Amino acid sequence: MSDVTRSTAAELGRRLAAREVSAVEVAQAHLDRIAAVDERVHAFLHVDTEGALKAARSVDEARVRGEELGPLAGVPVAVKDVMTTRGVPTTAGSKILEGWRPPYDATLVSRMRDAGLVMLGKTNMDEFAMGSSTEYSAYGPTFNPWDLARIPGGSGGGSAASVAAYEAPLAIGTDTGGSIRQPGAVTGTVGAKPTYGGTSRYGLIAFSSSLDTPGPCARAVEDAALLHAVIAGHDSRDSTSIPAPVPDVVGAARLGATGDLTGVKLGLVREFSGEGAEAGVAAAFREGVEALVKLGAEVVEVSCPHFDYALPAYYLIAPSECTSNLARFDGVRYGLRVGDDGSKSLEEVMSLTREAGFGPEVKRRIILGTYALSSGYYDAYYGQAQKVRTLISRDFATAFEQVDVLVSPTTPFVAFPFGSRTSDPYQMYLADLFTIPANLYGGPAISVPCGLSEGLPVGFQIMAPTMADDRMYRVGAALESAVPPLTPPPL
Amino acid sequence: MAAISREEVAHLARLSRLAVTEAELDRFAGQLDVILQAVTRVGEVAAADIPPTSHSVPLINILRKDVVVPGLERDEALAGAPDTADGHVRELATGQARYFRVPRILDEEA
Repeated sequence: MSDVTRSTAAELGRRLAAREVSAVEVAQAHLDRIAAVDERVHAFLHVDTEGALKAARSVDEARVRGEELGPLAGVPVAVKDVMTTRGVPTTAGSKILEGWRPPYDATLVSRMRDAGLVMLGKTNMDEFAMGSSTEYSAYGPTFNPWDLARIPGGSGGGSAASVAAYEAPLAIGTDTGGSIRQPGAVTGTVGAKPTYGGTSRYGLIAFSSSLDTPGPCARAVEDAALLHAVIAGHDSRDSTSIPAPVPDVVGAARLGATGDLTGVKLGLVREFSGEGAEAGVAAAFREGVEALVKLGAEVVEVSCPHFDYALPAYYLIAPSECTSNLARFDGVRYGLRVGDDGSKSLEEVMSLTREAGFGPEVKRRIILGTYALSSGYYDAYYGQAQKVRTLISRDFATAFEQVDVLVSPTTPFVAFPFGSRTSDPYQMYLADLFTIPANLYGGPAISVPCGLSEGLPVGFQIMAPTMADDRMYRVGAALESAVPPLTPPPL
Repeated sequence: MAAISREEVAHLARLSRLAVTEAELDRFAGQLDVILQAVTRVGEVAAADIPPTSHSVPLINILRKDVVVPGLERDEALAGAPDTADGHVRELATGQARYFRVPRILDEEA
């Protein structure tokens, strides 16, 4: 494996700017790595060799012309298959969109192209981003580079695994209930969910619109911040995009890397410190907290009494929203159509198309959402969940009056073996126990590796107030500087 | 007591336009029952006078200038469709049009 694929994105950007290496060489090295290992990892659903080399050539040409380029120009990126890419297959991990080539780019994708990032391809995911293991991808699972018999997390397991396996230095994920952070945690990589509305949803195939948030995956906190800075900021095509300046996340990551957290107050969430996490995860998390204390941080225990209700509230709100969002897959405008033999009505064709095109978890959630929204149940389920959402946001607001950030393990358990949580869907949902509150509140949260348990990576979650994304990068980079780096076994 | 019956799941699947199989109905009914028993816990929270949150960002009335920007070309918009049909539109100068083609919408008895 070449040193190019081992480099951080920041280092690659510097070497490209110094013309020590060309963008074409960097792209080719990553394409070679993908060719060598992806048969075993299956991080990618589509590798865009031609598009990547073409984009890399144009960056090299721009540099020869002396154009001023951004810090990530020529750096490769993998993109979760839920973001639309013009002319490049986009499936959202579903059979219902097999073969679809979108006629437009997601805003994030155009911003990355404009910044000179080179898109390598599209990464595997649980169908429509519903799942915590990639086992619900219609195209087969992704395998965790740390142990190929275990899940890489989900829904963005492909993006996290591509970064962990050195197939890409950077990737884009989307986080609705933990789909960037939980895969980051179990693959020993960094995954950041920006403030909701801080990154555009235009071109993100919608699952739960009030929660879906795109963000960066990387092997280093500074790299995640560099990508965050490229993709964040107001987009007039997304009506929930926040019209405010993006916090200086790159500066914050560099400040954190100096290893001084004097005066920073960490809030330990009492409700997340009990029996929720397995012993090895809790131990690695405590060591992470101690490392931050050595850097000068102060620890305060805070209570967020409604966090215990976040998981039930989420599994009413998200399925309810998905029920409406997935109504667009009706076999008319794009994707699959089944049973249209001239004898069947539109309704029958729709029902047969959706039955054939959707997998089991998507169907369960559509049915669950339909139930939660139905007359007679609406107030008790969806309405009540929205009220609980208010109380969870108030818990965050109260906590942030006392502390700068909240910390917890990212996920209660390390990467689990395939098949161990698919028969009881609720066991799968528990993977997102600690990540969901930040989605309901809307604030930013990041997962940074903090150690190993049973030889597998453990993630440390840092949650910050809305639009204070810089804080999580500062604390995250400080943690990264204080714990030994994690390197997966060679593939 | 089960929170949801097999018959209810069948009804919800029809409302959701999912032609689920008998085997799926058996499986989903049990699984959805476990999930519903767990999520019903939201009812334990006293929240009668708490306002609901539909969205974490309190943005209202986002306005922009009413400027015409090009949208997708007709052929681009139709390119991913499972079926299209050619037709005729009197209002168009060329008279030529292409549509999404859908199965019949009205039943015979309608």
